[in-house]
Amino acid sequence: MTLLHRLEPLLALALAVLWISPLAFAFWAAFHASTDAVNFNLAAPWTLENFRTAWQGAPWLRYFLNSVILVTTVLIGQFVLTTLAGFAFAQVEFRGKDVVFVLVLLQLFILPEVLIVENYKIATQLGLLDTILGIGAPYMASAFGIFLMRQAFKSVPKELDEAARIEGCSLMGVLWRVYVPAARPTYLAYALVSVSTHWNNFLWPLVVTNNASARPLTVGLSIFGAPENGVDISVISASTMMVIAPLLILFLAFQRQFVQAFLRAGIK
Amino acid sequence: MSDPHRLRRRAQAIHGWLLLTPALAMLTTFAFYPTVATFWASLFSRGTRRRPTEFVGLENYQRLFDDPTFWLVAKNNLLYAGVTIPVSILLALAMALWANAKIPARSFVRTAYFTPTVLPMIAAANLWLFFYTPGFGVLDQIGALFGAASVNWLGQPETALWAVCVVTIWKEAGFFMIFYLAALQTIPPDLREAAQIEGASRLAYTRRIVLPLLMPTTLFILVNAMINSVKLIDHLFILTKGGPSDASKLILYYIWENAFAFFDAPAAAAMTVLMLAVLGALAAFQFFVIDRRTHYR
Repeated sequence: MTLLHRLEPLLALALAVLWISPLAFAFWAAFHASTDAVNFNLAAPWTLENFRTAWQGAPWLRYFLNSVILVTTVLIGQFVLTTLAGFAFAQVEFRGKDVVFVLVLLQLFILPEVLIVENYKIATQLGLLDTILGIGAPYMASAFGIFLMRQAFKSVPKELDEAARIEGCSLMGVLWRVYVPAARPTYLAYALVSVSTHWNNFLWPLVVTNNASARPLTVGLSIFGAPENGVDISVISASTMMVIAPLLILFLAFQRQFVQAFLRAGIK
Repeated sequence: MSDPHRLRRRAQAIHGWLLLTPALAMLTTFAFYPTVATFWASLFSRGTRRRPTEFVGLENYQRLFDDPTFWLVAKNNLLYAGVTIPVSILLALAMALWANAKIPARSFVRTAYFTPTVLPMIAAANLWLFFYTPGFGVLDQIGALFGAASVNWLGQPETALWAVCVVTIWKEAGFFMIFYLAALQTIPPDLREAAQIEGASRLAYTRRIVLPLLMPTTLFILVNAMINSVKLIDHLFILTKGGPSDASKLILYYIWENAFAFFDAPAAAAMTVLMLAVLGALAAFQFFVIDRRTHYR
């Protein structure tokens, strides 16, 4: 028992090293010539050559820009739609509300990923193929976000609401002046979860884009690294590092907020 | 009727529906309508230029059930779920217990466990490609140190699906850990002291007190892990493309392949309907079994 007790920290540490090793190894390989990387030549010189080769191999700037516009568009759409709907579910009384709420919750299980075939037809009909709006639109009315905002608005003290109404605020005024500011931590948490989800999303963006004009980073990376392109492993590592760097740096800098955000978003 | 109370209620109802309209319109367009449309499309034949689509009833489903690849893919997905769900939950629990204990380098340990969560699945696949590549991949090199023969982890049917499972577990265990970690931190320290005074061992304390208290968290994670076993397929595009000979193909990947590579939309629709049925069962499990205990209001 005591032996196990002493071994535990070692096990924990070993698992941590194991867990980080794919990332650490790719990081190291990205800065070394592929011949050195595959031979584990630890004394090999560091180089930026792989990044140069990778950067020239694909329209990365376009991909980066597309990903940034994509996560921003999705986030704005989600904020607007989920705020309005969440407020209706939390603070407005009307008949049929509960039925509609259950319908919305059902969407938690009808994953947009599963509906790619029909959504592709719809995107085609709406002229949204190869557009960033087309990639983002299916995610905007997120049931998860609506649920999250409803919970946040429900916990706002009724007195604040009433005080604002007595001062003559309209319904939208109350929402904007009282509820939205009170839910600021929820917005931040939701934003972190949403941005990292859509920065990383792949299947639907792959389906709905056919050329580089709207393609986000993940799709660009998958095409760039495809085996048939014969790119060597160090260059793939370099391109992978480029793609994950923005989010990873953001995460390492705001680790606590990230973890809190995922928790707040997960625990209902 | 100029009853002010009724007027107010009517105004509330109008406001409520107006507030809901944008979200409902989007949900209808990209979730409800496609669900119904998928079901409808699954009842029609594949149209060609000379023969338009026609109503064929359940023929597409029959065709699917006669397709040995479908059964193989379904079996693969069951194995994928059966392996990744329990292993990632157990690992997440171990990680949380460790990350919550007083161990050296705790913040490094926590960061290491959680970091895979913020990476895209495509990037994760690229990282693991380096481990799996035969000949010069990390695993082979380590194996060579011990005199093991080179293994083509992704290229042979016996190991490809397992290699895919490992990447999924690596990606999601750290994510599930944080929910356990949060739950562990809500357990009052007096419970531990009381257990110590009573002379309970650490193992007994963990098994009798901690694990039961973590039960709601486990159920929450379980539902998430089940959803992931349907949806996490991005790494297949990099690692195996479902091969070799469909050995690592999962249902969602097969749906994508049918729709966008084989242009067999009816087969894809029929499979999507089956998948929605599974997800619906999962939703029922969540609403009727789990939410009975944890109330939203």
